Parts: sequence; structure tokens; C-alpha cells
Amino acid sequence: MPETQHPPAETPISGQDYLAVQASPEFQELRSRLRRFVFPMSGLFLVWYFAYVLLGAFAHDFMAIKVWGNINVGLLIGLGQFVSTFVITGIYVLFANRELDPRAEAIRAELEGGAA
Amino acid sequence: MTVDVLAADTTIGNPVANIGIFALFVAITLYIVIRASKKNTTAAEFFTAGRAFTGPQNGIAISGDYLSAASFLGIAGAIAVYGYDGFLYSIGFLVAWLVALLLVAELLRNAGKFTMADVLSFRLKQRPVRIAAATTTLAVCLFYLLAQMAGAGGLVALLLNVKGAVGQAVVIAVVGVLMIVYVLVGGMKGTTWVQIIKAALLIGGAALMTVMVLAKFGVNFSEMLGAAQSAVSGSADKAVAKRDVLAPGAQYGASLTSQINFISLALALVLGTAGLPHVLMRFYTVPTAKEARRSVVWAIALIGAFYLFTLALGYGAAALVGPDTILAAPGAQNSAAPLLAFELGGVVLLGVISAVAFATILAVVAGLTITAATSFAHDIYASVLKSHQVTEDEQVRVSRITVVVLGIFAIGLGILASGQNIAFLVALAFAVAAAANLPTILYSLYWSRFNTRGALWSMYGGLVSTIVLIVFSPAVSGAKTAMLPHADFAWFPLANPGIVSIPLAFILGIVGTLTSADRGDPEINAEFEVRALTGVGAEKAVAAH
Repeated sequence: MPETQHPPAETPISGQDYLAVQASPEFQELRSRLRRFVFPMSGLFLVWYFAYVLLGAFAHDFMAIKVWGNINVGLLIGLGQFVSTFVITGIYVLFANRELDPRAEAIRAELEGGAA
Repeated sequence: MTVDVLAADTTIGNPVANIGIFALFVAITLYIVIRASKKNTTAAEFFTAGRAFTGPQNGIAISGDYLSAASFLGIAGAIAVYGYDGFLYSIGFLVAWLVALLLVAELLRNAGKFTMADVLSFRLKQRPVRIAAATTTLAVCLFYLLAQMAGAGGLVALLLNVKGAVGQAVVIAVVGVLMIVYVLVGGMKGTTWVQIIKAALLIGGAALMTVMVLAKFGVNFSEMLGAAQSAVSGSADKAVAKRDVLAPGAQYGASLTSQINFISLALALVLGTAGLPHVLMRFYTVPTAKEARRSVVWAIALIGAFYLFTLALGYGAAALVGPDTILAAPGAQNSAAPLLAFELGGVVLLGVISAVAFATILAVVAGLTITAATSFAHDIYASVLKSHQVTEDEQVRVSRITVVVLGIFAIGLGILASGQNIAFLVALAFAVAAAANLPTILYSLYWSRFNTRGALWSMYGGLVSTIVLIVFSPAVSGAKTAMLPHADFAWFPLANPGIVSIPLAFILGIVGTLTSADRGDPEINAEFEVRALTGVGAEKAVAAH
């Protein structure tokens, strides 16, 4: 990591600084890691949700198939939406804590220079 | 139709107990609000509680803001009467939080100050974008507010045995005045505490009832489902009796139109949450983006648990109270949860649940009002009318006046709309949020080419198309259940316009952007992206000074 060359605290960060940071490999890395995680994950849960909605709207007989006692397929898939929501939340938090926070922290520290 | 003695000429339980427990809630929260808000002088204090709430506190407050009376009474009731189809709502309301978590919350927290418009206008033309964002904010808040206030009237009839128009108007006015007091005295900090206390009571109460109801069936969920189905099949009403409440289709399966209508609703629910201004504003009450993330995690856990409870409560009410008693009670399906509380715990539990229902309306209305007032003071008054030439103290003063005006307005509308079919207003608020707000939020955060024309086309296009389609839908005219049942000017077949207006707003954002040569200022675009992703220069907590 290069040593900070920014002027001491109090000096506002200029547009040129922001352009430089935006172009830096560290920032590009942060940006692409964020996007490579959140876009596919959003696609995944939306597809899973709409699959459920479409089954709920059109496949009543399938949803009514009893699996165990009075518990049917529809109920299991519905509860599955809860489970997937909780699991995706957990995975995202682990990912963000490990992959995003340290990178964002480093860039912020460098940009804000001696301000901290 | 079976006429239950309880439901026919008295309310359930004891109205005095219901009012007493609610009065206790008001007394305790008012005390806390006054204590918590000694220091409410600066704009950051008033609008964002000094950004000093922790993630978990804010997460609880978010669930308090989000779980409206419609989700509590409405969803439990829909499950009790229609079964599975009621469950579909709660799933949309929950999954929607992933949009907020993954795509919106943290970047929004990093890049903004008080309102959604701060973020949207950061790298676009200030004036027009702020006006548009404030307009959609006020529209969503207004629809949501109206639904809550009008719903209060129905709740009064059910729980306090106040059936006359005058009595209901008085209670709506009391709720409105209390809300004004909380917001004026407490600002965002007081509002947040009301929401935290209410969330704890609501989720705790629902958890307690869930345990009690499951205990009645030997903790066997399957057995409870069986009992619910046989109670519904035994209904005196043939249309109710033939419902299969364990599978989808009882409410939405009748025709292709109703199936598409359902899909349209599902789309608005899942994409609307992350565009609700009063939810977005809550992300500014925490010190950092990481705390914003923790807030959403807590909110997801609490909201998810709550919707699981409503599943047990709804089927439990069907099994223990029975659909005929529920439908004959004042408030019909909305009375399922209160009736179940009475069945399980008598007058005391009913009183608690009734008080929680009122507290719910109060807390949600307070959150909506402070959001609308902040947007008006900060986006329209300070930025547009006065071109930033006002102090933040002045903004707080203007927003306090706005709170009073909005509160009186909400009371008036609530009284006028009392007894109207207003259930569609919440769905409308979600549809407007999904169409008018979410596309612009996502494009602003993730698409650097996005420009002012794209934002304006998308926001106004989403807002206008949603409202026009609703006005000409069977929710407003041309159906027995419509707002104006005797008129018929409906030509749009769906009561939920989202399936048309949401994709339209996304497309308008792209077309508007690409037809304009405006590429923005690269330096400002870079600043926005760097700030949003890293939190450089983000607004800090005030408490630390």
C-alpha cells in the first residue's frame, strides 16, 4: 500500500483526488467485488421469489401436495423463502465484513490522510 | 350467518381495559420521549437523532416502523379467512429486505445526509431532481398515512366499542394529536424510541400468543393446520367452507386477471420496500454504513420472526375462533388477531394486543410524518425555495410547522376516509415507491452514465403511471368493493398497477438517460462513487462532539 501523499487534514479533498482514487486498482477491486457479489445474489433471490409467486398463482395442485401430515409443498416452499432470506443475509454479512470493510477502510484512511 | 353474541352487540373484552393499557403505553413513551430529547436543537439532532443510534436499536425501530397495523391485523386475518394466500403477502414483505440490504442501505447511508433526495441529487441537477424526489416522497407518505389513519377508525369500532361517526372522529383526532406531540417534542429521537418500544411490545405479544396457540395443539403445527382446515370447512357460508386454506388460490385463484393481479402485487411488495422514504430515512440515524448493515440484519431477523408468528396466529384464529365468528365481528377479518387474543388470554391479553395495535398506528404515523416534514423542509423549502440560503435551525422550524399541518391534514383525511375501503392504499404506496423511487435510486448508485433527464422521466413516469392506473382500476370504481362503488370509469383491469408501472419506470430511466447528451461532471461522478462505496466524508454522529 503506497504511503499517503495527501496534504494534511483540513484541506478538502478535490475532484482530481476523487478521480485518482476512482481509477486506482484498490478502488476498482472494491467496486468489482461488491458488484460481483450483490448483482448475482440479487438475481438469485428474485428468481427464487418469482418462481414461488408463479407457483402460488398458477400451480395450486402442486402446492397442495401433502408431504408430511398437513404440511404441504406450498408451505415448505414458503418457509424456504424465509430460510433463504436468512441465509443470504448471513452470507452477505460475512462477505461484507471480510471482503468489503477492510478495503473501504484502507481507501478511506488514505484519502482522509492525517484527518483521523 | 352465525351471529355470535360477543360480536353482535358488544365489542370483545372490556373497552375500559383496552383504553387503560393504551393510556399506560402513551404515558411511558411520552416520559421516555421527553427524557430522550432534551437536546434536539440542531437539524442533525431533530432529523436523524444525531446519527447516534446503534445498529440493533435502529433495526428494532425499523421493524417498528415497517410492521404496520395492516401487517399485524391484516395478515393474521387474511390467513385466518383465506389461509395460504395471506401468507404470500408476508413473504413479499420479508424478501423485499434483501433489496434494501444488498443494494441500497449502505451506499445510501454513505452518500446522503437527511433525505433520499440528497443522494439522488448529488451528481444530478439539484433543483429539478430534488423537487421530483420530494414529490414522490410526499406522495408515498400521504398514501401510507391515509391508510393508517383510516384504519384507526375501524380499529376503534372493534376494540373500544366506539361505533358512531363522532366517536370515531374523536379517537382519530386523539391519535393524530398524540402523534404531533411525539414528533414535535421528540424529533427523530423520540419517534425512534416510540418505534422501538412498540416493536418490542408487538413482536413480544405475537411471540407470546404463538407459544400459547401452539401449546393448545401440543406443539404440533400440522395438527393445528388440520384443525384450521376443518374449522373452515365447517363454516356455515358455503363459499368459505369450500376453501382449501392450506394451499394457495382461495383469494387470488379465481381467474387469470386475479392471478396477474397477484403477481403485480408481489412485484410491488418486493421492490417497494427499498424505495419507502420513511424506511430509507432510518438509515441516517446510525453513525456508519456498517451500522446501517447491522440495522437491516436485525430488521430482517425481527420481521421474519414476526411473519412466522402471524402464520401461527392466523391458522390458530381459524382453528380456535372459527371463520364465521371472525367474519361476523366488527372489522371482519381484521378482528382475527384480537379475537384470538381474547380466546387465549381473556380481557388482559386482548387489552395488551389492542394497545399494541394502537401503538402500531401511532408509531408508523409518526415515522411517516417526520419523513414527509424533513423532506419538505430540507428538499423543497431550504434547497429549492430558498436556494440553500437558510440555516439548519430554520429548516427545523419549518419542518415543525409542517408536522403540525400534516398532522391536522392526516386527522381530517382519516375522518373522511374512515370506513372506506382503504386496504389498497398501502399497496398503492408500495407501488409508487417501487416505480417512482427504486429505479432512480438503483441507477444513481450503480450506473455512472445515468443523468438528470433519466431521473426525471423515471420518477415522474413511475408516479404518474401508478396513480393514473389506480384511478382507473377496479379499486376505485366499477366494483362492489371499490372506493366509489356506484361509479364506473375503470378501464384498467388490475387493482395493483405495479406490473405495468414498475417496468415502465425502469425503462423510462434508461430511455431518458440515453436520449440526453448530459454525462454529468466526471469529478462529481467520481466523488459520488468513492463516497458511496468507502464512506469518505460521510456524515458523522453528532453525539461524539
